Formats: sequence, C-alpha cells, structure tokens
Amino acid sequence: MPKKKVTKAVYLKWYEDMLFWRKFEDKASALYIQQKIRGFLHLYNGQEAVLAGALHAMEKGDKMITAYRNHVQPIGLGEDPRRIMAELFGKETGTSNGKGGSMHMFSKEHHFYGGHGIVGGQIPLGAGLAFADKYKGDKHVTLCYMGDGAVRQGAFHETMNLAMLWSLPVVFVIENNGYAMGTSVKRTANHEDIYKLGLGYEMPCAPVEGMDPLTVYNAMQEAVDRARSGEGPTLLEIRTYRYKGHSMSDAQHYRTKEEVAKYQEQDPILIVKKEIEDKKYATQKQLAEIDERVKSLVKECVDFAENSEFPKPEDLYKNVYSQEDYPFIINN
Amino acid sequence: MSRIIQFRQAVAEAMSEEMRRDENVYLMGEEVAEYNGAYKASKGMLDEFGPKRVIDTPISELGFSGIGVGSAMNGLRPIIEYMTFNFSLVSIDQIISNAAKMHQMSGGQLTVPIVFRGPTGSAGQLGATHSQSFESWFANTPGLKVAVASTPYNVKGLLKTAIRDNDPVLIMESEQMYGDKGEVPEEEYLIPLGQAHIDREGTDVTIVSFGKILKVVHAAAEELAKDGISCEVIDLLTVRPIDYATILSSVKKTNRMIVVEEAWPLGSIATELTYVVQREAFDFLDAPVRRITTADTPMAYAPTLVEAFLPSINQVIDAVKGVMYR
Ligand SMILES: Cc1ncc(C[n+]2csc(CCOP(=O)(O)OP(=O)(O)O)c2C)c(N)n1
Ligand SMILES: [Mg+2]
Repeated sequence: MPKKKVTKAVYLKWYEDMLFWRKFEDKASALYIQQKIRGFLHLYNGQEAVLAGALHAMEKGDKMITAYRNHVQPIGLGEDPRRIMAELFGKETGTSNGKGGSMHMFSKEHHFYGGHGIVGGQIPLGAGLAFADKYKGDKHVTLCYMGDGAVRQGAFHETMNLAMLWSLPVVFVIENNGYAMGTSVKRTANHEDIYKLGLGYEMPCAPVEGMDPLTVYNAMQEAVDRARSGEGPTLLEIRTYRYKGHSMSDAQHYRTKEEVAKYQEQDPILIVKKEIEDKKYATQKQLAEIDERVKSLVKECVDFAENSEFPKPEDLYKNVYSQEDYPFIINN
Repeated sequence: MSRIIQFRQAVAEAMSEEMRRDENVYLMGEEVAEYNGAYKASKGMLDEFGPKRVIDTPISELGFSGIGVGSAMNGLRPIIEYMTFNFSLVSIDQIISNAAKMHQMSGGQLTVPIVFRGPTGSAGQLGATHSQSFESWFANTPGLKVAVASTPYNVKGLLKTAIRDNDPVLIMESEQMYGDKGEVPEEEYLIPLGQAHIDREGTDVTIVSFGKILKVVHAAAEELAKDGISCEVIDLLTVRPIDYATILSSVKKTNRMIVVEEAWPLGSIATELTYVVQREAFDFLDAPVRRITTADTPMAYAPTLVEAFLPSINQVIDAVKGVMYR
C-alpha cells in the first residue's frame, strides 16, 4: 500500500491529539498529588509521537496492546477520555467499571486490548490477537507495544520466535525511552541496539527516531503493510524519551536535568507545531482555539470522573467469571 | 449404547467432537500434531483437522500459553496441552495474571474461553521435577476453574464442558491413566463443572478424593468392606468450584471424613475441605477429620521412596479404622 498523505488535516489532528494527551496526563499527575488517583501512575509525557505516528498507519479493526503506560492509547483509538479519567478515579463509569485502574485500561470496542501490569506479559497476548486474526482470515494487524525493559523477559524471546515461525500479522513496537525504572538500557545488556534482537529470529527490524510522528508513521506503515500482506512480523525499536519519572514516586536520581531538557528541545508537540506554523496550516488564532478545546475537554473529563460513583462493594463479585452464578466461597 | 475405550481415546474424542462442532476450537502444544500426542491423546487429529487447527509448538510453554490467551481474547477457543502440568510452571504468569484476570480487569469486556490440559501428579519413578501436583495452586486462583478427571467417562464429559465454557478451565489427567479402559457412551454427553460424584455409597465413613489416587481409595474401600466397614467414596471431579453440598450431606450421614489427595499437605484441597466440614458440620462429626496426602517432601526416584511418598491403600485403611476407633 502506498504511504498515506500526511496532510494539513493530519498535522492538525496530531497537534490536537498530542496536546490533549499531554494535558490529560498532566492533569492526572496533579490529581494523583491530590490523592484523587491512587496506586501506581505511569505517564506518557514525551512519548506521544510514538502513538500519533502509529495511529495514522492503522486501519479499522487493527489492534493495539501495551503495558501499563496506557491511558492515552485507548483515547487515541477513539475511547471516550472521560471514561479513562473515571477509571483512573476508580469510578464505576470507568472503562473497566473501576476494576482495572491506571495500569489496566481496556477498550474492546476500539480494539485496545490493555493495559498490562506484568512487564512483558502482554507480548505473547499481542501475538495471540494476531494469531486469531490470521486464523479467522481477517486482514487485521496487531501493534504490540513494550518497553526497553520488557525485551529482557523470556516472554519476548519466545514470542519473537513463534511469531516468525507462524508468520503472524503483528508489529512489535519497543518504546525505548532509555530507562526501565531507574535502570538505563546499557545496564541491562552488553549491547544497546535493541532492534538487533530481531536479527537472531530473521525478523525485519529497525531503529526509528521517535520524537517526530512523521518518522514513526513512515516506519510503522511499512511494518503494518508487511504484516497485512502476509509477510509476518516486524520489530521496531522506537527511540523516545519520558519526561516524567517512571511513576509518580520516582526521585529520578539516575538522570540529570540537562538530559531531560535536551529531549524537551525536540518535543513532539513542538515539532508538529513548528511544521504547522512553517507551512501555515493554521493561524495563531486557530492554534489558540485548539488549546482552548483541549483545556475544556480535560476539565470535562475531571468533572465526569468527580461526579461518578464508586462501584458498590458487591460489584467485587461481578465479572470475575463470565458465568453469572459462579459459587464464590463466602466466609461466614 | 456404550463401549469400552481407553482414557486417551476419550480425550481425543472430546476434543475432536468439539472441534467438529465449533471452528474456533483448536489444539496447540508440544508433539500434539505429527507425533499424535506425547501420550497419543490427540491421535488422528492432525489427519482430520489439518495443521491449522492441530498445532505443534516448539518447547515454549510461556510463549504458546500467552498466544493461546491472546487468541481467546480475540474470539478463538484454544485447547492448550501441556506435556505435563509440571511444565506449566514456566507459563504460570500467563495462566494466573492474564487468563484468570482479563475478564475482571476489563470490566467484563473481554472473555478468555481457553482450556489448559495435561497430566498432573506422579507417573512412576520420574524424580522430583516430574511428579508434582498443582491442583490446589490453580484452584486457589479466582478466575480459573479446575477439574481433575479419573475415568475415561468423566474426562470426556468434563473436557467437552470445559471447551464450551466461557471462562478459563484447567483439565488435569495422568500419564498413568491414559491406558485405562472404561465404559463411555456412544451418544454425546456433558458433565457439569462443580459437581462431585458419589462413586460408592456407604454409611460409616466418607472418603473424598480426586484424580488417579482414587484407585487407592477404591482398593481400600473394597478391603474395608470385607471387614464390614462401609465407605462412601466421593470423587470431587472439580476442585474449583468445589461441590461442598455433596460432601456435607455425606458427612452428615456418616459422621466421619477422610480426604485422600496426591499433593503436599500444606494448603492442599484436603485442608480446605477440612475447614469447611468443621465449620458447617461440626456437630455431626464423631471423630476429627483426617487427611492422607503425599509426604511433605519432593518425590524421590528410588522405588522405596516413591512408595513412602504416595498415599497407600494401607494408609487409607488405617485412617478409616482410626476414625472408627477400631
Ligand atoms: C515481571 C515484572 N517485574 C517487575 C515489575 C516492576 N516494574 C514495573 S515497570 C518496570 C520497568 C519497565 O521498564 P520498561 O519496560 O522500559 O517500560 P517503561 O516503564 O520505560 O515504559 C518494572 C521493573 C513488573 N511490573 N513486572
Ligand atoms: Mg523504558
């Protein structure tokens, strides 16, 4: 399939989407400090281009699965952001009725399959989604995301081998943001070019500059096309950066402020905004309108979550099994 | 109409019938296809269904279990075979943290209609790594259902039910049962999960057990009958959820209970049954509940040590006489 055009409309969408994700996460961070959101909270700030570029390459019915840094992916795929915020609050109007929380977002309707808290645990699941599409003869592709830390799990290596053996329609996307919590990539292996792990499986693989949605899109379209045409998986190592700590409780002693600042100079939102300005895709007034829309939607999300109810205690027993009358042991 | 078939054939019939019935059912595991199953429990299935649905895997339990779960999240109904459940441990994260959790964590959006099956427990002198029973480990996990078969008849009925169930189900068998013969109807039948079976009616002592160690229980009950002691033998069949009602009504009749389980004692199914019986039938008990489990050690290789490890007929007889104060 020829590359899709990256038009003015795409740039404006990228700008608005990425800005919204950024502001949504910033708000979540503030709400965490206010203890409205509890548990672990992992933010996507800095990595937005990896999602924006990928979404442009996806077709309807294509699937996405990732780890616990997962609030904005379902929003990008079309889920109502108010329900994501409600899930962060643990409210019954959340995407999982308050049962998943920050690390476990799901939106089956929009083909987002989680939201997984065990590092690397989602990798075979992603291949399994692709296995089912191939089995059923559906021409869908699965984008299976993971962190740089996750590639050191056995699950990654077994899945790489099986996905090649069975030529599954899946793209493995490593978001290399430099660190697994406080452990830099170079402290996890005696090599740093993670994409080369594909070579041992003869899987097409490449490093991708990940701060610009355009470079991400280009690499992703090629990989998605390969999968859809039956030629099997691709491994992309997308080089990105997270601005915030690993989670909210991270003093970040393992890196310098200068390092963070260096990446913020090539911020994906700034890159896209500059392109919009250079190409005169929008006036300053129009950009200001986008900023306003984003701000008010974030506020709507918070209001919605605040005004929703927590699940009732008896809801604990709902949806553990799909069998409705499962005989739970109730201590008496 | 009934005929006598082997346990392995009952397993193959259950899978084949369900695969004929539903295109989304497939079988995946090590040696299941071209080799016809490590224990020939999928004999002929590759020929009938082809390599798309009867799938040989490399030795990657973690990988193929996870792929199975992912495919179930996307509409398929996989049967994942473990050569034995000893080897399921390298994939236990996919069973416990993924298969068992997905429905709840997604607020009911996703279901995982998957079956994990294979042999459990000891199978002769295989040493410590190949002789383990994890029924109680899996049964401990909400989100899973776990059944342990003991005859060709019940493995077929339970497995068919498991394949049609929309929740993840583990079906446990035994290498030492695949050659067992038993009566199996020609007609289709299902055995519901969560229902125990009274194998032998009796009045003096209730003996609860499950899986292949039931053979020991039945042999002991025969011996005891010669002494005029009447044992009621209950095959639990499903260890999650457990059919407490059948056990309690039996204990209320016999006033004595023994649990015989091929597993380590601490945190066993026997322990759970004992708790429930003392809580719900305390006033009916004429003797403390006793359990006979394996020794609290890894199994060992030498024949004398295998014998010392496993529950034996004599242990059961002694325990029954003990609770009868005879
Ligand atoms: C199996 C497992 N081990 C450890 C953890 C704790 N943990 C959570 S995130 C994380 C770091 C993962 O880093 P990476 O894969 O690079 O993803 P990133 O957080 O950078 O997105 C660790 C060690 C876990 N959740 N699961
Ligand atoms: Mg990382």
